[in-house]
Amino acid sequence: MGMTMAEKIIARAAGVDSAKAGDIHTVELDRLMSNDGTTHLTIDMCNKLKHPHIQDVNKLVWIVDHNIPSDSPKTAASHKKMRDFAREHGITFYEGEGVCHQVMMENHVCPGELIFGADSHTCAYGALGAFGTGVGCTDYLYAMVTGTSWLLVPETLRFNLTGKLPEGVYARDLILTIIGRIGANGANYKAMEFAGEGLKTLTMSDRISICNLCVEAGAKTALMEVDDVALSYLKEHGREPKALFTSDPDASFAAVYDIDLSEIQPIVAKPHFVDNVVPAKESLGVHIDEAFLGSCNNGRIEDLRVGASIIKGKKVHPLVRFLVVPASRAVYKQAAEEGLLDIFMEAGAIVMNPNCSVCWGSCQGVIGEGETLISTGTRNFKGRAGHRDSFVYLASAATVTASAITGEITTADMLK
Amino acid sequence: MSETFSARVWVLGDDIDTDIIIPTEYLALKTVQDMTPYAFSPLRPELAAQIQPGDVIVAGKNFGCGSSREQAPEIIKALGIKAVVARSFARIFYRNSINNGLLLIENPDLRDDVTEGDTIEVAVGEKITLNGKEYPIASLPENLLEILNAGGLVKAMRKRNGLED
Repeated sequence: MGMTMAEKIIARAAGVDSAKAGDIHTVELDRLMSNDGTTHLTIDMCNKLKHPHIQDVNKLVWIVDHNIPSDSPKTAASHKKMRDFAREHGITFYEGEGVCHQVMMENHVCPGELIFGADSHTCAYGALGAFGTGVGCTDYLYAMVTGTSWLLVPETLRFNLTGKLPEGVYARDLILTIIGRIGANGANYKAMEFAGEGLKTLTMSDRISICNLCVEAGAKTALMEVDDVALSYLKEHGREPKALFTSDPDASFAAVYDIDLSEIQPIVAKPHFVDNVVPAKESLGVHIDEAFLGSCNNGRIEDLRVGASIIKGKKVHPLVRFLVVPASRAVYKQAAEEGLLDIFMEAGAIVMNPNCSVCWGSCQGVIGEGETLISTGTRNFKGRAGHRDSFVYLASAATVTASAITGEITTADMLK
Repeated sequence: MSETFSARVWVLGDDIDTDIIIPTEYLALKTVQDMTPYAFSPLRPELAAQIQPGDVIVAGKNFGCGSSREQAPEIIKALGIKAVVARSFARIFYRNSINNGLLLIENPDLRDDVTEGDTIEVAVGEKITLNGKEYPIASLPENLLEILNAGGLVKAMRKRNGLED
């Protein structure tokens, strides 16, 4: 019996010849990412250990991205704790560099690796053929101290992609369509693997966006075959693959879905669940108070180019705040060089430093009682972006920008 | 020997996410104890004050979906909730709960039959009984039981290494 990508990566990390879904293996982790969402808790627990210890400090990457710059003395203290600990132990540490997953993709993730991140969207790393999975701070601490953890080998849902996304339709629309189809727990405990000719038509930015959101279907991880697009991204960023895996032709999948990209259309996820999706055309006219273009899901240069091309020469609606938040410093600089930030600012957008922003609902941009946000962020749970009685719609960079211009949910083609 | 207890039930729906269990704005509070009054507040602001130690939550599918924030199971435990019974759990929440010594029980049928305020009997790893009707539940693997019984992963490791508090 052949193996899936997920099985091969776990077998490699467990030092065994083969692994199959349902097995539990002790695995050696390649990399351990943590951000300011929970690192202070990990440090508190670590300091209480009888023998605090880091198995291999080179595995650790710590990133301040959720509340940067700090918005209160409490977060400043939490950041200081993280900064001091990182310096004391020689942990790779970023502050102000960008949203953790974007920073990881730009600087660290290698194909074939097994990575724990103390953040649920760690599954983004599958865009480079790495098994990334989110854990809490106790699992993180255990992995930090021992270099290992235990993993249940997941079953795999395989998505064979064919065709090409139509003009004006984006990776965000594709993954929301898939989550709508399989449901918010449709991939619970499972890996979501993407392959096929259609995959080759997707940019790295598209791929990160797709893998990133798979946890919203409950997935343990997302994986994509590493092809020339991924290899050239890796090379551009000065790295080499650790191991290249593809699923064997006779690998066993829990389910196989054939998706024709040419049939995808603009989608929005309505409050308060990511799988509550409808064609964007069915949500037209919903009044919005704020629009957000950014996050680990859609804050890359490609997304900013889409937004800028739509808003160039137009204005943000006078009753809307339009937040534009590049996902990393590299994206920010590139956007400045290309004149995109000027376009946004001339249109009346608020351009912010790279951070998680309103996507996580505890820093700049949170919305008030009764307000509605349209967002390229990751989640639209009740209260996620601010007040418990507020509303979040998720959509592509194009739909978000078009809606910022009109003050109501609008698809970009309607502005032409 | 398996543990048996009876408990009063609070009933919740499907897809109870981590932002419902503890909204982001309260994560900056100093301790988990400080956060407990805000548990479930987006959905039922009065619930945290009504829960008594020893109660259980019975919910639908995909309980705990969303963020990896470990404060979610910690707060449920701090409220004194003895166990969460659900049709299914999201995986990160599942691991975090075991690691913090919070008992989770999967059962497909109980949620349909139970009413808030009912009392159920739980025989851990065997069955739940409601009004004389029995609902079988799976037993946990040994290694997870060891963690759960110790009160969490860190405590289990201390115990295993002879470093009991």
